[in-house]
Amino acid sequence: MSQQLINAISLGAVYALIALGYTMVYGVLRLINFAHGEVFMVGSFIGLAALSVFHLPFALAVLVAMVGAALLGAVIERGAYRPLRSAPRLAALITAIGVSLLLQNLGMLILGAAPRAYPPAIDPAPIAWLEERAGVVVTRQQVVILAATAAILAGLSLIVSRTKIGKAMRAVSEDRQAAQLMGINVDRVIAFTFCLGSAIAGAGGVFYGVYYGTADPLMGLMPGIKAFVAAVLGGIGSVPGAMLGALLMGLVETGVSSVTLRVSPSLVLTGSTLRDAVAFAVLIAILLLRPAGLLGRPGREKV
Amino acid sequence: MDSVSDPALLTLESCTVSFGGLIAVDELSLQVRPGELVSLIGPNGAGKTTVFNAITGVYPLARGDIRLEGTPLGGLPPHRVARLGVARTFQNIRLFRGLTVLDNLRAAMHHGSDYDLLRAALRSRRWAATEARLQAKARELLGLFELEGRAEEPAGSLPYGEQRRLEIVRALATGPRLLLLDEPAAGMNPAETQRLMDLIRSLIERFSLTILLIEHDMRLVMGVSDRVVVLNHGREIAAGTPQQIAGDPAVIEAYLGEPTH
Repeated sequence: MSQQLINAISLGAVYALIALGYTMVYGVLRLINFAHGEVFMVGSFIGLAALSVFHLPFALAVLVAMVGAALLGAVIERGAYRPLRSAPRLAALITAIGVSLLLQNLGMLILGAAPRAYPPAIDPAPIAWLEERAGVVVTRQQVVILAATAAILAGLSLIVSRTKIGKAMRAVSEDRQAAQLMGINVDRVIAFTFCLGSAIAGAGGVFYGVYYGTADPLMGLMPGIKAFVAAVLGGIGSVPGAMLGALLMGLVETGVSSVTLRVSPSLVLTGSTLRDAVAFAVLIAILLLRPAGLLGRPGREKV
Repeated sequence: MDSVSDPALLTLESCTVSFGGLIAVDELSLQVRPGELVSLIGPNGAGKTTVFNAITGVYPLARGDIRLEGTPLGGLPPHRVARLGVARTFQNIRLFRGLTVLDNLRAAMHHGSDYDLLRAALRSRRWAATEARLQAKARELLGLFELEGRAEEPAGSLPYGEQRRLEIVRALATGPRLLLLDEPAAGMNPAETQRLMDLIRSLIERFSLTILLIEHDMRLVMGVSDRVVVLNHGREIAAGTPQQIAGDPAVIEAYLGEPTH
């Protein structure tokens, strides 16, 4: 049981790192940035290059991936979304899907579609004394990833609650026009939000690659959608909501993974096939029952 | 009006704002001198709030020119206009509801200097000093408006009258020279309106402000204004001291004659 919990939290941590970008960008722009999963993918590949081509230490590789992903986020915002700032929201949404497809296919063109092996930058072996004493298999990878995630989340909370730009971000997500009229440069705040969300997703990409040992140009798709579900579950636009939603998604998926359903002798559903279905069932259920999400504020559409 | 050196703080010169074919503000000219309180009145839909939106850069001008102490504001984005010293309140309250009262003010104060993320991360002494100074200033402002006890509460949880006052405080927190007040007394009872009136007059002295006021409450308008400009269908139909306006037949017909007011 505690074994499952640790696996769930590890998965939830990666989802949280992606979900935060969705929720922050939604906060300031009311846009679901569907290209966010691809930022995660690019971050992962930057980390891969840093580790296996340039042989950088793990921490530095994460940092490089974060910077690279932040730049990509800024370019996407500047090139694809800013020109559509006053266009109908649907136009921006479709553009987001377009950017997502563009990056996926660009990735396949440049890197090829085949998965690449990710170097095990951190020792994947279980920590022996924990296994002996508590009977729980915890790898050093999991510990490092969890610690790094916790540090990133703490840093983010500090930025959002303590700094000027954080206050400006919250002001913009409350009321963009009022914020502008109080002297806040909204374009800059939005660009910063993209950079911040993308950097965090980039770190998530490296962790994911190290954890699962591969990276491929379509790797952003499923985690991206799952993280999106997590953000909606927690309440899109809410930063603590995204963290909570991601954790719950990790728990749900890990729980389902251990289940095997025998529908009939010829139809046996194993956990890994059920997992994705359950994730989307969660999305449908939350949209039906509590569209504002667990921590979101219910339906106050701003004009 | 009478001087070549443009003594006005705010000058509107034949300003026109149109939405498609609809002309919301039509060739409006207006001068507001430093320290003056000028009221814009007129029936609903006369274009008063549109004038505010044009001054603050939210709506572009189709024709005309707006200057703040000689600096043209035309074409500047709203945040630049705000940084030049123009602040406003909103007819329908638009606070950052989820932020605390104090953070509402800090968000408004933080513009201007660059975003010192690195310094915040390093907690440098200068960052701390700036934060402390802003905090003190915010608390002082809240004190003036009897809101200091609310500093840590979410703005959206305040009672209506206090939210109205907080809107004014937040506008003041940007450090404006020109304050645009859009129906600050809306929904207030006569006693509250009287208090607001005294407060507005005292603001001019204390913050060396100039105020442009939109208001439907005629007692308030007549009590605080140095001059009144009457709009109807986007055009100025009268201007003068409150006494002059009160006796103007065109105004009485367009506005004061309405039985509901």
